[in-house]
Amino acid sequence: MFQFINTILIGITAGAIYSLMAISIVLVWRSTRVINFAQAGMALLSTYIGYEAMVHFNSFWIALPVAMIGGAAVSAFIELVFMRLLVKRSSTGPIAAVAPIIATLGLLGLIKGVISTVWGGADVRLVGPVTNVGYSIGDKTLAFSPLKLLTLVTVVVLMLLLTVLFQRSSIGLSLRASAYSPEIARLSGVKVDFIRTLGWSLAGTSGAVAGMFQTINGNGAFSPESIEFSLLLITGFIAAVIGGLESLVGAVVGGLVLGLVISFVLMYVSGSLFFIAPFVILLIVLIIKPQGIVGTKVARRA
Amino acid sequence: MTLTVSELTIHHGAICAINNVSFTVPKGQLTAVIGANGAGKTTLLRTLSGLNKPTHGHATWNDHNLLHSKPETIVRHGVSHVSEGKAVIPELSVHENLELGAIWRKNKKEAAESKDRITSIFPRLGERLNQRADTLSGGERQMLAIGRALMSKPQLLLLDEPSLGLAPLVIEQIFQTIRDLTTSMGLTVVLVEQNAMGALKIADNGIVLNLGKVAVAGTAQSLMADPQVRAAYLGY
Repeated sequence: MFQFINTILIGITAGAIYSLMAISIVLVWRSTRVINFAQAGMALLSTYIGYEAMVHFNSFWIALPVAMIGGAAVSAFIELVFMRLLVKRSSTGPIAAVAPIIATLGLLGLIKGVISTVWGGADVRLVGPVTNVGYSIGDKTLAFSPLKLLTLVTVVVLMLLLTVLFQRSSIGLSLRASAYSPEIARLSGVKVDFIRTLGWSLAGTSGAVAGMFQTINGNGAFSPESIEFSLLLITGFIAAVIGGLESLVGAVVGGLVLGLVISFVLMYVSGSLFFIAPFVILLIVLIIKPQGIVGTKVARRA
Repeated sequence: MTLTVSELTIHHGAICAINNVSFTVPKGQLTAVIGANGAGKTTLLRTLSGLNKPTHGHATWNDHNLLHSKPETIVRHGVSHVSEGKAVIPELSVHENLELGAIWRKNKKEAAESKDRITSIFPRLGERLNQRADTLSGGERQMLAIGRALMSKPQLLLLDEPSLGLAPLVIEQIFQTIRDLTTSMGLTVVLVEQNAMGALKIADNGIVLNLGKVAVAGTAQSLMADPQVRAAYLGY
């Protein structure tokens, strides 16, 4: 029973971080119809920016917002300078669907290169503001620590803010309208180009938080080649697809489902399945419900 | 103030969709643009609202140049375009679709007044404000598309085939509504239609497009009496 509860707690915390990454992938997909393989690279860069702030101010509570702003700025810059030009230049023919996606792969390499040049290839460390030692009940230690609690609270707050922004504000209406039908949005007076950049910067922010918490929930060390960030891309991407790729709620559900399933497989089946389980889940969901577990039956035109 | 189009030419790749077209649309009147499939009607409308780019020519509304502005700018100058095929966003609620039309308006009180007015013109929309737009019937969706355009406080309304895919009785209703709106709100309306008879019946003026050129233009009455127009477009 105790092991069962621990498995759930581990799954939920990991899933919350996957959800954030999935949200950033969904936001970019919805704003510009691009699957952004550079998302983890952008999260990594944001985490380095957060690390830099940590070195200067020695406070996680300054480092986190700096990483978020950094992530937003990097993301907006990439959309404005790079993606917009690319989409315009390759807007017709068979290349149109593929070029932006291939470009994000190139971008991933480029970002890693920039990071290596600026910070070097060696590990740097980022330490969380609270301990990751689990709460204890009697003589047993829960797999749930103040740090995990902080992670969950941060993720929930961020999701609530995003939900309010999307559902209750006119910026949110512009973001949704531009995603569903850019032409009607434009005819209604929405500055769709600006809204797309905004979508990217929200994605960058969300990815930055994912990167920061993924790092401090691990052993705190990271480098341009960190396995944590490759994992973050894979899990975030799979969670987004499981969730139907179109909705933020889907991304959250997808992230939690993925976190829980991985956690249970590792605990009850085999620890060596870590890199296999996510892909098996992805394939099963794609075969049984290709529109995602919260996706609607009707496929939308892109 | 009028809509003035002069020497307008528009290409679709290598195809010339609109070829050296000139006409004016008087203020406060309803002008029907009719013609067969592929005559260039939709292209013409999309260019006036900034969605397509012309090859050359001029088009002005209230001294505002329509041809080198973006759609989001043009709507701020009082030109609303209801594009072809019940232009609503199905995933959004009726209420959100209407709000979208007024999203650029600074004065939210005035926008709320517009909404009250529109829901009184289309009571069916008022009853379904919280439903998703894809739960509406075809006629209701077309009303919502027009309602959304009216939320932008237009002086010039561009309508692209509002009758498309609707039942005859609903078409009659929509046409009557368009006629009433023109008069009661003092709108200038350009109505693109394949349903030439229905459109000319409610229009003040008509323009017949054929292969990208103006074939005939005049009052709706005179077009309906024109033997050639009757034979080619009205079928009697």
